[in-house]
Amino acid sequence: MTLGLINANPIVREKKERITRPDLQFLFSVYTNLLVRSINIVRDIRDPEHPYSLEQLSVLSEESITVDEKLGRILITFTPTIQHCSMATVIGLCLRVKLKDCFPPHFKVDIKVAPGSHADEEAVNKQLNDKERIVAAMENPNLRQLVDECLYSSEL
Amino acid sequence: MPLLEEEALKLSEVQRLEGHTDRVWGLAWNPATGADGVPAILASCSGDKTVRIWQQRSPSSISFDCKAVLEEKHDRTVRSCGWSPSGKQLATASFDATTAIWEEHGSDFECVSTLEGHENEVKSVSWDASGSLLATCSRDKCVWIWEVLPGNEFDCVSVLTGHTQDVKMVQWHPTVDVLFSCSYDNTIKVWAEDGDTDDWRCVQTLSESNSGHTSTVWALSFNVTGDKMVTCSDDLTIKVWGVDIIRLQSGDINASWCHLCTMPGYHDRTIFSVHWSREGIIATGAADDAIRLFGESEDHSADGPSYKLLLKKEKAHAMDINSVQWSPTGSMLLASASDDGTIKIWKLESMQ
Repeated sequence: MTLGLINANPIVREKKERITRPDLQFLFSVYTNLLVRSINIVRDIRDPEHPYSLEQLSVLSEESITVDEKLGRILITFTPTIQHCSMATVIGLCLRVKLKDCFPPHFKVDIKVAPGSHADEEAVNKQLNDKERIVAAMENPNLRQLVDECLYSSEL
Repeated sequence: MPLLEEEALKLSEVQRLEGHTDRVWGLAWNPATGADGVPAILASCSGDKTVRIWQQRSPSSISFDCKAVLEEKHDRTVRSCGWSPSGKQLATASFDATTAIWEEHGSDFECVSTLEGHENEVKSVSWDASGSLLATCSRDKCVWIWEVLPGNEFDCVSVLTGHTQDVKMVQWHPTVDVLFSCSYDNTIKVWAEDGDTDDWRCVQTLSESNSGHTSTVWALSFNVTGDKMVTCSDDLTIKVWGVDIIRLQSGDINASWCHLCTMPGYHDRTIFSVHWSREGIIATGAADDAIRLFGESEDHSADGPSYKLLLKKEKAHAMDINSVQWSPTGSMLLASASDDGTIKIWKLESMQ
C-alpha cells in the first residue's frame, strides 16, 4: 500500500437519480432487468482512495455494463481515475464480490479497464480476469478487508 | 477399446458426486485401483479447504461413495492433489503455501508430512514415475523438487527459478525424470538434471516465439508413450508438442520439444484442464461449462499429425470446469470437477 494518495484531486460529479420504474418492470426484458439491477448495485461502491462512489468519480457509468443474455455473458468496463491506478485490481475485486449473487450461476463476468484508460491495460485486464488469482486474493485477509470497506462503508 | 475415425461417440453421465461446499478445483484417480478386482478410488480437492476420497462401491458397479473427508489441515483452498505411483500416498497442494502428504491408516487418512517453503499459494503437485521425486509450484514463480526419503521425510533438492510469473501446474514426464511447468507468463518450461553437475536446470522454454501460447498456460498432459504433450491456455487454444522419445529416454536432456499442432476455434473461454487418455483421446474442461474430446485425425498432411473434435458436451456442468481426468484403467471413465461444487463421472461409449 502506498502512503500518499495516488490521485489526490479527483473530479467529482453529482450523483444521478436512481433508476426505479416498478410499474414498467414487468414489461422489461430479462436483459434490461439484469442491466438495471447490476448498475444500481455497483454504482455506489466506494473508491478505495476517496470517500466518493465509483459513479461520482466517473469510474463507472450506465454505459459500463453490457449483458449478452443469450450467451450468459456480462462485460463491465471501468475507467480508473488516472492512468497508473494501482487500485484497478481492488476495484475489479469489489465489482466481482458485489455482483456475485446477482446473476444465474452459469453467467460469466468479464471485467476490463476502458481502452486507453490505463498504462498497463493488457496486464491489468489479465489479472482482473484470472479466476485463480481472484479467489486467492479474496482469501487474503488484508485485501478482503479493503474490499469490504469499499463495499460496506456508508454513502456520503 | 479401439476407436474408429467415423464412429459416433457419446459421453453419458454416470453419476454426480456431491459433498464439497465450494468449487472443486482438482481430481486424481488412484493409479493402484480400478482394475483386478480393486474398486476405483478418486480424490477431489476444493475451495472448502478439504479433500474428499470417493470409492467405487464394488468393482462391477459404477457408483461412487464418499469414503473419507480430509479436513482440518489446510487453512485455505486446496488447489491440487496427486497420488504416488504406488497409490499409497496422496499429496495435496494448498493456497496456504503448504503441501500435505497423506496415508491411509485403517479407515482414516492421516497427514504424515507437511512440506513448507513456498512463499505463497501452492498451485500444483506431481509425483515422478518412480515415486521418488515430488514437484510443487507456486505464485512465488518457483518450482520446488523434493526427494522422497524413508520415514516420510521429504528433502528439497532444488528450487527452480526462471518463470517470470505465477506457475500454474507442474507435471513429470511419464517415463523419464524430466519436469514440465506452465505459467501465467505464457510459457512452458522443461527442467532436467544435468548429468555433470547434478543440478536441475531449465533445458527448454516453449514461448510465443516457438509457436507457443499467447496467454496463461493452465495445464499440460502427456500421451501414454510420452512422445507427445498437449497444453491448454487462456488464449483459447490447445497445442500438441512432440519430442524424439528415443533421444529423451536415452538420457539426452537436450532432446527438444517442437510444436506439432494448434487447435484454435473450438473454445471461446479459458481452457482450464486437458488430459490425454491411454487410448489417445484428449479431453478438455473449460470456462464455458463444456467438455470436449479430441482424437487424432486420419488426415495425414505433410506437416504431421492433426486432431479433430470428436464430441462436445455442452452444459456438462452448471459452471466452469476446472479439471478433467481420465481413469487410468481403460474403463473409459472420465471425471470432471466444477465451480458448481460437484464432480461428475462420465462413460465414453460408441453409439453403435
